Amino acid sequence: MAINWFKYSAPTTFYGLAGKMIPWFAFSAAILFAIGLYIGFFVAPTDAQQGEFYRIMFIHVPASILSMFLYLIMAGYAALGLIFNTRLSAMMATAIAPTGALFALISLWTGALWGKPMWGTWWLWDARLTSELILLFLYLGFIALHASIDDPRRADRAAALLAIVGSVNVPIIYFSVKWWNTLHQGSTIKFSGTTMHIAMQQAMFTMLAACWLYAIAVVLVRVRSIILERERNTTWIADLPEVKQ
Amino acid sequence: MISLDIWMRENPLTYVWFGSYAVALLIFAIEIAMVKHKRKITLQQVRLMRNAGDDARDEGIA
Amino acid sequence: MKKSTMLDLLVLVIRRDLVLAMRRRADVLATLIFFVMVVSLFPLGVGPELDMLRKMAAGVLWVAALLASMLSLGRLFSADYLDGTLEQMMLAPQSLSMLVLGKMTAHWMVSGLPLVLLAPVLGLQFDMSARALGVLIVGLLLGTPILSMVGAIGAALTLGLRGGGVLLSLLVLPLCIPVLIFGTGAVEAVSSGLSVASHLSLLGALLVLALVFTPWVTAQALRISME
Repeated sequence: MAINWFKYSAPTTFYGLAGKMIPWFAFSAAILFAIGLYIGFFVAPTDAQQGEFYRIMFIHVPASILSMFLYLIMAGYAALGLIFNTRLSAMMATAIAPTGALFALISLWTGALWGKPMWGTWWLWDARLTSELILLFLYLGFIALHASIDDPRRADRAAALLAIVGSVNVPIIYFSVKWWNTLHQGSTIKFSGTTMHIAMQQAMFTMLAACWLYAIAVVLVRVRSIILERERNTTWIADLPEVKQ
Repeated sequence: MISLDIWMRENPLTYVWFGSYAVALLIFAIEIAMVKHKRKITLQQVRLMRNAGDDARDEGIA
Repeated sequence: MKKSTMLDLLVLVIRRDLVLAMRRRADVLATLIFFVMVVSLFPLGVGPELDMLRKMAAGVLWVAALLASMLSLGRLFSADYLDGTLEQMMLAPQSLSMLVLGKMTAHWMVSGLPLVLLAPVLGLQFDMSARALGVLIVGLLLGTPILSMVGAIGAALTLGLRGGGVLLSLLVLPLCIPVLIFGTGAVEAVSSGLSVASHLSLLGALLVLALVFTPWVTAQALRISME
């Protein structure tokens, strides 16, 4: 059976499809969060070196992973929108940006809280922390540029170009910061040496899955609003049951 | 700051829970409230536009 | 058609922009004065101990250069945009990337090069050694063109927007961090007795990368902003 994938790249069909999928993503995200928190706090044992503090990891690591992947996905959508001129891709990129920025914020916040008991300081100019901060700046730049251009088409295309330039820059920034860091302050505490307990892994992966599902659900809700806003003059929007009522 | 340090080491779970997870969940809650609000506002706008369009059509302008 | 049309075009654009910049000398001077002022504020802010000043000299000079180049970026395309020249340039049969490269070069000569020439004087205020000063200048020579080129992308994207200046800095500054790191790293390497070649060659590599890609990206950004 051949599925016409392009069918779902049209805002008309995607709007309905997303509407049907959102409750499932939201529901499973909530369940997985509950399971992940349970395993993380009640099943996973106390770490020999870091005591209870390592439990921050279960939110910190997924948030960091999400913030980076969401940027890449956003840049990917932006590139698609710029090259093939598809309306939906640009809308998806716009919808992803705030969620990505919030995950970067969570990652920085939890990183600082983890750093205080472990390193004795809230903030360390560690390569990963610094890169995460710059990533947050890149997200904010994308959002600010998009918000300050009134014409939605120009806003989409300009922000898309910025996202692509940013994603080319991310590896350069990461390696330069890493190198700069090793020059400045020798070695910091490494966590990679210790092997993770199986329950810790389970908690981590459950939380990671929960964060992904949450992000997808929120992005879909946001993209539906953007579709409504952009296409408000079309007849299919006027015929939607939620508009008609 | 020193008293915070001591408190933190005496109540690590409270620190972890309120410091990280409560904040993260709060951020999630705010984001959910924002997207829901945005949807509500957008739907209202679209309905307004639609009604305005209907009125215009009824009067034979459109 | 002559064979050297591309080069002629480049020279033409550069000369034109330089002449225009000379007509508005106050703008160029303001950027320079800003650079000198920011650098001179640091000793007042952190105290006059020479040991500390020597350590932070490279960072201060680089950050000040970064901020100063942000100041003048807003004018890179805006005057041509307002009087319609930019539109004519985009309609011209010649490659827009080449025109953009010319404008970038002129911008660097007006706002980057003077900073490089002023840097040694300011470096003396911070009691930098002669060798450190030399490396700083080479680093600035390699790095400031990158700032102009990356900045041009931001200038093209924010063309004609309200509050463009602040937005421009917000977009461009994070992208310039590698330049800052390698530029100050080179000077740091001198003071710690390491080889400066690696930092400077990385800066050179960034310069080549920027030279290849940014004119084209800026041209695309201009097309997006102008359509």
